[in-house]
Amino acid sequence: MLLHLTRRFLQAIPTLWLIATLTFFLLHLAPGGPFDDEKSLDPAIKAQVEAHFGFDQPLYQQYFKFMGNLLKGELGPSYKYAGWNVDEIIVQSFPVSLELGGIALLIAMSIGVPIGVTAALRHGKASEAGLMAFAMIGICLPTFVLGPLLLLIFSSYLGWFNTLGWNLPGDRVLPAITLGLFYAGYITRLARTGMLEVLQQDYIRTAKAKGLSSLTVINRHALRTGLYPVISYMGPAIAGLISGSFVVETIFFIPGLGQFFVNSAFNRDYTLVMGTVLFYAVLILLFNLIVDMVQMWINPRTRHD
Amino acid sequence: MTKSQREELATEARSLGQDAWTQLKSNRMARLGGFLFLTILLLCIFGPLISGKENAATNLAYGAQPPSLEHWFGTDDLGRDILVRTLNGGRVSIGVGFAATVVALLIGLPYGVIAGYYSGRTDAVMMRFVDALYALPFTIIVVLLTTFLGRSIWLIFLAIGAVEWLTMARIVRGQTRTLRKLTYIEAAKVNGVSNPKIMIRHILPSCMSAVIVYTTLTIPAVILLESILSFLGLGVQPPMGSWGSLINEGAQKLDIYPWQLVFPALFFSLTLFSLNFIGDGLRDALDPRDKK
Repeated sequence: MLLHLTRRFLQAIPTLWLIATLTFFLLHLAPGGPFDDEKSLDPAIKAQVEAHFGFDQPLYQQYFKFMGNLLKGELGPSYKYAGWNVDEIIVQSFPVSLELGGIALLIAMSIGVPIGVTAALRHGKASEAGLMAFAMIGICLPTFVLGPLLLLIFSSYLGWFNTLGWNLPGDRVLPAITLGLFYAGYITRLARTGMLEVLQQDYIRTAKAKGLSSLTVINRHALRTGLYPVISYMGPAIAGLISGSFVVETIFFIPGLGQFFVNSAFNRDYTLVMGTVLFYAVLILLFNLIVDMVQMWINPRTRHD
Repeated sequence: MTKSQREELATEARSLGQDAWTQLKSNRMARLGGFLFLTILLLCIFGPLISGKENAATNLAYGAQPPSLEHWFGTDDLGRDILVRTLNGGRVSIGVGFAATVVALLIGLPYGVIAGYYSGRTDAVMMRFVDALYALPFTIIVVLLTTFLGRSIWLIFLAIGAVEWLTMARIVRGQTRTLRKLTYIEAAKVNGVSNPKIMIRHILPSCMSAVIVYTTLTIPAVILLESILSFLGLGVQPPMGSWGSLINEGAQKLDIYPWQLVFPALFFSLTLFSLNFIGDGLRDALDPRDKK
């Protein structure tokens, strides 16, 4: 177990290095810099600004300086948000995205798992088809269609929620549903398939045959294995929640990290782009590791690989 | 064996393609998906020509009008016909979907076959690179690439193709690795067939069913990715519009002109719906484990 963990950690290092290097050179070789569109800028001042950020140095020197700072955990100052360091922006805005993603995941699980399990238990009946059709709707409505539609119905017509902002607890409802519904649909499908497979196993029949109530059979014997696909899906789901948050935060004007990332791409705010990308990469690698460990804990067969 | 017996046997021999086609036709959801997608495609291609309305023809005095007999889907605040704009947006979205998928195929197929065929160190280095990029969600990489490449439509499908090939390469590599150990490949080697020729003549055709299935599932994924980009304002730039940017425009005015959101969103969702059903149907039809 410990060996496996160490190996995974060591594998993550070259991955992060490659991502850091690729993003650095991509962005620095790109035509146009972050200060190009400010036409009013006097050439002398522009040169001074660029010198301040080290643009006048040869590229390889900039690269080593960037990597050196990265090892110290410094991501440098943002080019567009004057006076802000990239790490400060991330620390400020990430908790908002984390809360949004967390609630969305909670919604997805608490809708997806019960519906999927119920559908599996009603296999072959009409109610199964109905439940799965519901799941399909969730999958086929992307966030940027669902979000505005929810706003149209629940804010504009019914007036139940605010259209934008992130202040009241009620402001969390629509964005989290928008972000979570796709995953609810997907988890429903995974839970159903997983449960269907388990329910055909001999040990479930044995458990039934020895007279256990069907509730006990499901809770004690079937769920643990049946939900295994759902657990495996958590890694990709978290990566998806991150990219989904770009859209949701834009629709609902939520001051999370996703909005900063999109804006930084707009503004060619190199340091902020790179900082955010690397932060996301670390986050995803970390979550994948956690999901891996949970899997090993649930399913002993994956331990000795 | 009499002649009639032989004829009987001959009719039973069906190629994988014919077999898959029969199965696909019997799949109700796939049939519905195919019909729906063809309808949308034909509408997008020919609709704007027949309508006799200009995509960019603005009429400020006319302004935003709700759906009527003259403008079935209504007009936007510049007086442009939403139906025509939606169909034109579909051209862009579906066009990018197909073009980026072709890019993904052009990179992913050779990459995967080479990595899988040579295996060993070549494979390790090539796949390490793919794995590293896989650590990031595709959306992040594409946003990063649009920062670098700029935001013209040609670069967008290039950027999307430049990410989607990763999965294609993985799938093809997996297939190649199982194929390359088979005896007919060995026989070809012994007969002195060159490596490139083995890859093209013997390995690629055998990967085709997996590639076809994944390709049909890539198209909706690409359309979705392009729409996300355009929705965020990082994709297709006005006056050109894809479904993503139309939905974005509609979302900003949904209080006042909801029809501007509803119709592009409807077309978009139906397209995703139909393409996914076709892909699922193809997967079932081409899966050799699932033969009836």
